[in-house]
Amino acid sequence: MKKRVVVTGLGCITPLGNGKDVFWKALLEGKSGIGEITKFDAAEFPTKIAAEVKDFQAEEYMDKKEARKMDLFVQYAVAGSKLAIDDSGLDLNSVEKESFGVIMGSGIGGISTLEDQHQKMMEKGPRRISPFFIPMMIANMASGQVSMSFGAKGPNTTVVTACASATNAIGEAFKVIERGDAKVMITGGTEASITPLSIGGFCSMKAMSTHNEDPQKASRPFDKNRDGFVMGEGSGILILEELGHALQRGATIYGEVAGYGMSADAHHITAPAPEGEGGQRAMKNALNDGNIGIEEVDYINAHGTSTPYNDQFETMAIKAVFKEHSKKIAVSSTKSMTGHLLGAAGGIEAIASVMAIKEGWVPPTMNYETPDEECDLDYVPNQARQMDVRVALSNSLGFGGHNATILFKKYE
Amino acid sequence: MSLEKVKGIIIEQLGLEESMEIKRETSLMGDLEADSLDAVEIIMAIEDEFGIEIPDEAAEGFKNIGDIVDYVENNK
Repeated sequence: MKKRVVVTGLGCITPLGNGKDVFWKALLEGKSGIGEITKFDAAEFPTKIAAEVKDFQAEEYMDKKEARKMDLFVQYAVAGSKLAIDDSGLDLNSVEKESFGVIMGSGIGGISTLEDQHQKMMEKGPRRISPFFIPMMIANMASGQVSMSFGAKGPNTTVVTACASATNAIGEAFKVIERGDAKVMITGGTEASITPLSIGGFCSMKAMSTHNEDPQKASRPFDKNRDGFVMGEGSGILILEELGHALQRGATIYGEVAGYGMSADAHHITAPAPEGEGGQRAMKNALNDGNIGIEEVDYINAHGTSTPYNDQFETMAIKAVFKEHSKKIAVSSTKSMTGHLLGAAGGIEAIASVMAIKEGWVPPTMNYETPDEECDLDYVPNQARQMDVRVALSNSLGFGGHNATILFKKYE
Repeated sequence: MSLEKVKGIIIEQLGLEESMEIKRETSLMGDLEADSLDAVEIIMAIEDEFGIEIPDEAAEGFKNIGDIVDYVENNK
């Protein structure tokens, strides 16, 4: 018998602020976290804007000494996890450590550490490479450090599927509890890749917006004048819990994890498959997994990156899966405000989806000004909407042709 | 002089409080809870600071801060 899995804690570090309450309020107000890049001099880069995390002091969340040995993407994961655990009210002294696990997603890992150490090696030679270089850089260290920080000795792994990483991580953590391998899982995604090499690489792919003159309007999913994504950073972390365990300790239940689906395009390294065929199958697989009918879905938190291809093909995929009902679904892209957090995107977007169910509000797609005939769904333009959400779906699609969909429903 | 500089490097590398008491007898791993990777990084920083090279065999023989300071004094 499959165990039921509920969401009992939410924590995040985002360009809109830290902690789920600040984040959620900013989303409903339509605020933008995007501005000029301050982390390095981006004068020579075609893209000079990003959604940076502001006001982050690692020592507010963890031991200063430990923080020094963590890349920023790991610090974001530990900080987001602490906020999520605090939010869940989980007592770490009473939780059974062996039934308490971690699955994190990160698309890129510790790229700022990699850049620093490579430069050091080129300038001073190989003997000056830090002994902490490898343990700071490797992408699995977020899962590792979170387990160490909170004594989580249960199932532990890492998902690296580019921009689908966090949604895959949450889905896999859901399955771990569903099949009875753990009672509580810390899961989500983390990313900190606003660095010269990373921004430069995405620029070379022509994947990023160059709306440098008006940063807050640069991320414009589904708008006809969209010209690429804006990179964000941070972490989005959820506490998933077996229903009986949550009820026994009187936890606040935000919602239930209703289904998980994934697929591969098997088509191209970066371009989506024609008609979003792979995305269609991920959504169908999630609906089948949760035994949810298409007419039950009220809200879709779209991948909605603001690239010309993604938004058109994701729209086609939603229409193909939901048919006539697609016109009745509220579809929004919170990336219009947060930018694209890559491997952490699915984490903060899962939080937005769960909060939509819990609060009865749907965040808007900001900067939607000029309709595109190829994108003809209800994108909740420019203003949050109060509405009852029973089932919310969140899509994440990654380079490599990875498609992941997670479904949440109201806990009843 | 070298003791003060070495102390400064250790405080910096281990992220310790400035007021931390570090004497010649203090042991990096025993008293300051440094691990083997911390030790490697501290040796590197000392090499950079004093412009010397400390071979692995010498570093492995250091039992406390006094041993490091003496090595620096004798080789700089």
